[in-house]
Amino acid sequence: MAMTATGVHHRSYTSELRLRATRAEYVRLALMGVLLVVVPFVLDNYWMSIANTILIAIIGAVGLNILVGYTGQISLGQGGFLAVGAYTSVILSDRMGLPTPLAIALAVVMTAVVGTFFGLPGLRLKGLYLAIATLASQQIIEFLIRRDYGDFLTGGLGYINVERLGFLGFQVGGRDVFERQWYVILAVLAVLSVVAARNIFRTGLGRSFMAVRDQDIAAEAIGVNLTRAKLTAFAVSSGFVGLAGALTAHYSEVVSWEKFTLEVSILYLAMIIVGGLGSIAGAVYGAIFMTLLPVVIRNVANALESVVPFLGSQLPAVQNATFGLVIILFLIIEPRGLNRLWERIKEYFRFWPFRY
Amino acid sequence: MLTRAYQHSLNGSSRPEGLPLLEVDDISLRFGGVKALTNVSFTVTQGHVHAIIGPNGAGKSSLLNCISGIYHPQEGQIRLHTGGGQDFRGKDVQEGQHLLTQLPSYKVARLGVARSFQNIELFSHLSVLENLMLGRHIHMRHSVLASMLWFGPARKQEIEHRHLVEEVIDLLQLQSYRHKPVGALAYGIQKRVELGRALCIQPALLLLDEPMAGMNAEEKEDMARYILDVHELAGVSVVLIEHDMNVVMDISDRVSVLDFGKLIADGTPDEVKADPAVIEAYLGSDTEDDEVKDAERRMQERTDV
Repeated sequence: MAMTATGVHHRSYTSELRLRATRAEYVRLALMGVLLVVVPFVLDNYWMSIANTILIAIIGAVGLNILVGYTGQISLGQGGFLAVGAYTSVILSDRMGLPTPLAIALAVVMTAVVGTFFGLPGLRLKGLYLAIATLASQQIIEFLIRRDYGDFLTGGLGYINVERLGFLGFQVGGRDVFERQWYVILAVLAVLSVVAARNIFRTGLGRSFMAVRDQDIAAEAIGVNLTRAKLTAFAVSSGFVGLAGALTAHYSEVVSWEKFTLEVSILYLAMIIVGGLGSIAGAVYGAIFMTLLPVVIRNVANALESVVPFLGSQLPAVQNATFGLVIILFLIIEPRGLNRLWERIKEYFRFWPFRY
Repeated sequence: MLTRAYQHSLNGSSRPEGLPLLEVDDISLRFGGVKALTNVSFTVTQGHVHAIIGPNGAGKSSLLNCISGIYHPQEGQIRLHTGGGQDFRGKDVQEGQHLLTQLPSYKVARLGVARSFQNIELFSHLSVLENLMLGRHIHMRHSVLASMLWFGPARKQEIEHRHLVEEVIDLLQLQSYRHKPVGALAYGIQKRVELGRALCIQPALLLLDEPMAGMNAEEKEDMARYILDVHELAGVSVVLIEHDMNVVMDISDRVSVLDFGKLIADGTPDEVKADPAVIEAYLGSDTEDDEVKDAERRMQERTDV
C-alpha cells in the first residue's frame, strides 16, 4: 500500500476503483471507526441524544444531497417526505401490528413512491421554478397531516404516541441505556446509508444523475432517459429521507406535525449547502455542523450570561442571528462548503512544503 | 484493409458498406413563422464522410438536431437503416429501418446515432473518464440496488466497460487528462473529449457539429486526423458540419449544401465546388434582377439630393 498519493500506481481497474488508495486514507477511516465506537463510552445521556439526532440528520441530508447536489433538482419538500416516512412507519408498526423493521422498510418504499409522485413537476421545471413546485408538496403534506381528515392518522389527538422500539425479541431499554442502544442502531444505519449513497455515485446510475445536473440535453443525446433518471433520483432520495423520518418517529416516540414543517426543509437545505453540494461527505459534515451549532450557541450564551446578561435573556434571538451569521460567513469563505474546506486542508499538507 | 490493435469495434452499425444508412426524406422544420428547413432530402451512405456545409443560419445545426431527435420536423421523414450485415458482436442482423422523426432523442441515441455539439456540451464537473463512461450508458444496466451494493454486478460492469473506454482514450490520446475535470481543460481537448464520448456509444452514425470551430491550424489537423482514424480504422459513417472548406473538401466523400433552409447542391466535393448555386450562396453575385437594380438606382438618387 502506498504511503502517499504520489506513490500510487494502480495495476488493475479493480484497485483504481477503490475509494481509498493511500495508507493515510485508510488510517483516517480507521480513526473514524474508532471515534464511532468510543462515543457512547465517553458522552453522557444529553450529548448522546445529540449524537443520535446527528445520525438521523446524516441519513436525511445524504438523501437530500442525492437530489439537490447530485441531480440538480432543488427540493423544498424534505419536511413533507420526512413526515410520510414517520407516519407510515408508525401506523404500520403500532396500529397494524407489523414488525417494526418491516414497517420501516415499507415506510422507505412509501416515501419513495410519494417522492416520485411529487417529482413529476421536475420533468418540466428547473431551478427555482422546481423549488416552488416542491414547496407545494411540502405544504400539501403538511396540510394533510395537520388537518388529519377523518382522524385517520392520529385518531383525533393531533399526535401519535409511539411504542418503544423492539424487534426480533430485542427491546430498547429504559432511561439509563435508551440513548446508547439507539446509538448503535442509528450508527449502523447511518454508516450503511452513507456507504450505499457513495456507491451509487461510482456507478453508471449516479453518473447519469450528475449528467442530468450538468447538461440535460447532452445527457439525452447520449441515451440517458431524462424522465427515468429524474424520477429515479427523486425515488432514491426520498427513500433515504423516508428512513430518516421513520427513525425520527421511533426514536423520539412521538409523532406530530410540528416536526415536519417548512423550517425543517430549509434546515436540511442549509445542511447540504454548508456541507457541500454534490458530495456525500459534505452532507455528513453539514448534518453534524448544523445540529451542533444551536447547541454550542446555547452553551456559550449560558456560560457568558453572568458577564453579558443580555445573551441569556434574548437567547432565541441571539441563536437565530448567530445561525444566520455563520451560514453567511461560510458561503463567503468557502462557497463549496465544509467538504471543500477539508479537501483544501488535505491538499495543503500533501503539497507541503510547496504551495501547490 | 487496415488493421487495429484494439479489441473492440467502435462501429455500431450492422450495415454493409455502400448501402444507404440514413435517408433524410423531404423534411420541413418551422419555428412559428421562421422556416428553418424546407423540403430537404439527401441520403448518407454507409462508410462515407458526409459533409453538410452552408453559410451561417442556413439550417445545418437544425438539420442535425432533427436527425438526433432534439427537434421534430413538421413534415417529412428521417429513416435510419440497420442490418443486412454483421454487427460488432459478429451476429447477422436482419434488415430494418427506424423512423427517427418519431423518436425522442435518447431513443435515437440508443439506435447508435451519436453526436457532438457546436458549443461543447460536456458534463463539466465530471472527469474525462466519467464523461466517456457516460458514453457507455446505453450499453449498461442501472439497477438501484446493485449500484448501492457496488460489489458484484455493478463493479464488474464498470470494469468491463472501462476496457472500451480506455481504447477510446488511447485512440484520441487523452491519457494524461483521464482524471481531470473537463471544465478545466483547454478548448481543443474538450472538443476531443466530446468526440470520445460519442465514440464510446459505438455509433452506427456519428454526427459532428463543427468539430473544428475555433481551433488553430495545428489543432484542426489533429482533429481531422482523429476523424479520419475513426472513419478508416473503425469504419464509422460520419455526418460532419464544418466551415473550413479545405477540411471539408479533403476528408469528405460527399457534400450537401444548405442555404436559407433549402438544399441547393448535393454531390462529390468536386461537383459541389463547381456548382454555380453554391458559389453564389458563398460569394454572392452580381444581380440580374431589374427590380433590385431599380431600387438601388433610386436609393442612389435620393442620397445625391
